[in-house]
Amino acid sequence: MLAQILINGLILGGLYACIAAGFSLVWGVLNIINLLHGTLVVAGSYGAWLAWRYWGLHPLVALPLIALASAGVGAAIQAGLLNRVVAAPVLITLVVTFGLDLVANNALLLGFGADYRSIRPTWTLGTAVIGGLRIPLDRAMAASVALAMTGLLWLLLRRSWLGRAIVAVRMDADAAGMMGIRVRRVYVATFALGTGLAGAAGALLGLVFPISPLQSEAYLGTAFTVCVLGGLGSVVGAAAGGLMLGLIESVATLYFGAEYASVTSFVLLIALLAIRPDGLFGRQGFA
Amino acid sequence: MRRLAAGMALLLAAAALLPIVGGPYALRIGMMLAMYISLASSWNLLGGMAGYPSFATAAFFGVGAYTGALLQGAGGPLPLAWAAGGVASALVAFVVGWVVLPLRGHYFAIASLAVVIVLRQIATNWTDLTGGGMGLNLPVLALGPEAQARMIYAAQAVVAVLATLVSVVVAGGRLGFSLRCIKQNETAAGMLGLNTRAAKATAFVLSGAIVGPAGAIYASSVSYIEPGDVFDILLTVEPIIMTMLGGVGTVFGPLLGAGLFLLLEQTVWASFLSVHAAVLGVLVVVLALFLPDGVLGRFRRARA
Amino acid sequence: MTALLEVSGLSVRFAGLQALADVSVTAEVGEILGLIGPNGAGKTTLINAVSGAVRSTGRVTFGGRSIAGMASFRVARLGLARTYQIVQPFPAMTVLDNVAAGALFAGAEGTLPRARSAAERVLERVGLQDAAGRPAAELTLAQRKRLEVAKALAARPRMLLLDEVNAGLNASEIEGALALIRGIAAEGVTVLLVEHLMRVVSGLCDRVVVLHHGRSIANGPPAAVLADPAVVEAYLGHRYAARAAGMAS
Repeated sequence: MLAQILINGLILGGLYACIAAGFSLVWGVLNIINLLHGTLVVAGSYGAWLAWRYWGLHPLVALPLIALASAGVGAAIQAGLLNRVVAAPVLITLVVTFGLDLVANNALLLGFGADYRSIRPTWTLGTAVIGGLRIPLDRAMAASVALAMTGLLWLLLRRSWLGRAIVAVRMDADAAGMMGIRVRRVYVATFALGTGLAGAAGALLGLVFPISPLQSEAYLGTAFTVCVLGGLGSVVGAAAGGLMLGLIESVATLYFGAEYASVTSFVLLIALLAIRPDGLFGRQGFA
Repeated sequence: MRRLAAGMALLLAAAALLPIVGGPYALRIGMMLAMYISLASSWNLLGGMAGYPSFATAAFFGVGAYTGALLQGAGGPLPLAWAAGGVASALVAFVVGWVVLPLRGHYFAIASLAVVIVLRQIATNWTDLTGGGMGLNLPVLALGPEAQARMIYAAQAVVAVLATLVSVVVAGGRLGFSLRCIKQNETAAGMLGLNTRAAKATAFVLSGAIVGPAGAIYASSVSYIEPGDVFDILLTVEPIIMTMLGGVGTVFGPLLGAGLFLLLEQTVWASFLSVHAAVLGVLVVVLALFLPDGVLGRFRRARA
Repeated sequence: MTALLEVSGLSVRFAGLQALADVSVTAEVGEILGLIGPNGAGKTTLINAVSGAVRSTGRVTFGGRSIAGMASFRVARLGLARTYQIVQPFPAMTVLDNVAAGALFAGAEGTLPRARSAAERVLERVGLQDAAGRPAAELTLAQRKRLEVAKALAARPRMLLLDEVNAGLNASEIEGALALIRGIAAEGVTVLLVEHLMRVVSGLCDRVVVLHHGRSIANGPPAAVLADPAVVEAYLGHRYAARAAGMAS
């Protein structure tokens, strides 16, 4: 029983880590809470659904394209809109991303309706039964890919020029600018990374969860809670927070039932903010 | 000061005349305007004057609506039910404020939003008390539709007038000064001897006390509420947009913004129902990018 | 006679850095106490700890009352006011309102109009009365430093903690600031002054405390402290000591 909860929680957690990593990056570097994030994830899911429905593509195959498209959208939004309000007060940036979310969510509702859809690819790994444990292999694969992408982000931030530039901008945008870094372009790249990851996470989630514009709120809440759990500004924190939240929700589902699972994350969020607003790992600066 | 008094007198006269000269449509518009004014003025206390962007307005509205509905359902007189809505919301504001007001910036905003979501979930799951997702029916009022419309309008109008009075008193006095100091430099204000927690809590509780009755009256007017209606995220954001439209931190900004918003709602969006949210979203983005100080703010800067 | 401010065994730790270690300082009523030391020695941290802005361990009593761990607004209301090294005005409010804030919150003026008239008097004291109606953001640095002091004065403090109130001022502005501080002390307000200018320290202070790496390394009259070899080594430098000795002989 415990092992099953562990498995379920880790699978969930891997997906959550990926949802949150891009969100945390944007928040940590740009100080923008992207209220559009949840809808972007759902859009990624729909992208995967379309690719499956009309071209028979498995979400894993469609993944790179979806990630690229999401990143492109993000770049456009940052360059065209958000770069104007980067230094603005919290209220302004929240309201702008909220407005964008309204537009995007409305568009999804118009385009796809509110009904839940699922992706049922013909190629499926099935379920492994080891001992008494049921391991849904498609989900496990999705979670692994999700964690891999999160790891890629970490690598990017550590090893690539862009990554170091992002970290520099995060630490001191003015100083970075004086060192020759085109700060506004880095902002665009950062936001694009965040949205690209969101879309990619959505594509993977489409394999696991039903798809509907109504899901965007829950994904956004997940992203928040993971950031607060794991600490802002750290990919490792997002990964750790994601895994923790996955485990917590897995336990909550067992004891309280599925409908309480999502509210668990919001209650946890409030509790965490009340006790340790800097998260369990604190603000360490992006690694 | 004289212009202020004259303007208020004019508005009050118009408000009092409305039930007499206006038909049912005018009464409905008046009721909505009054409710919007209450919500926007309430948000402005903490969000506008102190600079703490609260997303908790819907929490107060919902608590007020359910409290009022339950009391009304138990046979209580309407004014009592409505007042109780205010008391309940004020209490919730006090408790929630205890937890979230020490947070700054984004964390405060997100926590206040999370409160709405959690309360909505509680209302959905506590079926015994609230009817859960199936909603709550209120006893139909023993009045004809016209008399009911007049009464509801009068009730919301009273709350709106009270809300504006609260804004005027707060803005002109010590609390408003304290909130403005907090907005500009909270640390310095504390160092100078201001109990910032108490000031913020007072503003938060006042805003809850205003929104609660508005929610309770709303419940009475629609006779059926469900969690998604009253703990609605749009409902928590729209007062922010109204206040931004009119002028954040000013007394009459929320009133002006509520009026403008209602105008837009009735003219533009009525024609675009399926894209209502998207149009609102575009408005919001344009507002935030180009008119962050609102109409009054622009007006002031033009004069200065 | 018990001192107005008594600090003993004060320590402050920030995530791995011991900013203050076991510091003890006292300030007698009416004294002008100087606090000097190299950058990073812990001078501002000491002010932050005493005024309640950062957590600390150790004993701090003010006017006989323990204020260790007290919220900063309560400390201010007890009569201990401070200024900031990097000035902290309310930028969009007028100079008058900035000072009125001090009078209203800690200065025990009950209403806004009374706080504003008290503020007018304070502005005249510091020489900023002509700027009363302007937004604080428009002032020059020297004026902002004065505003910072005015805000603290409006709080009617028994003791004033001044953090580098002269940094960035030119010679004549410094003279004006010194005259102001002397005037404040003459009215019975105890002053703690963080300073980098030795001539200010020797000309103004009754006693000097020297901090180095979070510890107090000297405490006494200016002449003695400035000649102390440990202080010379840590902070003043041998050239200064030679010059001072040369001037004395």
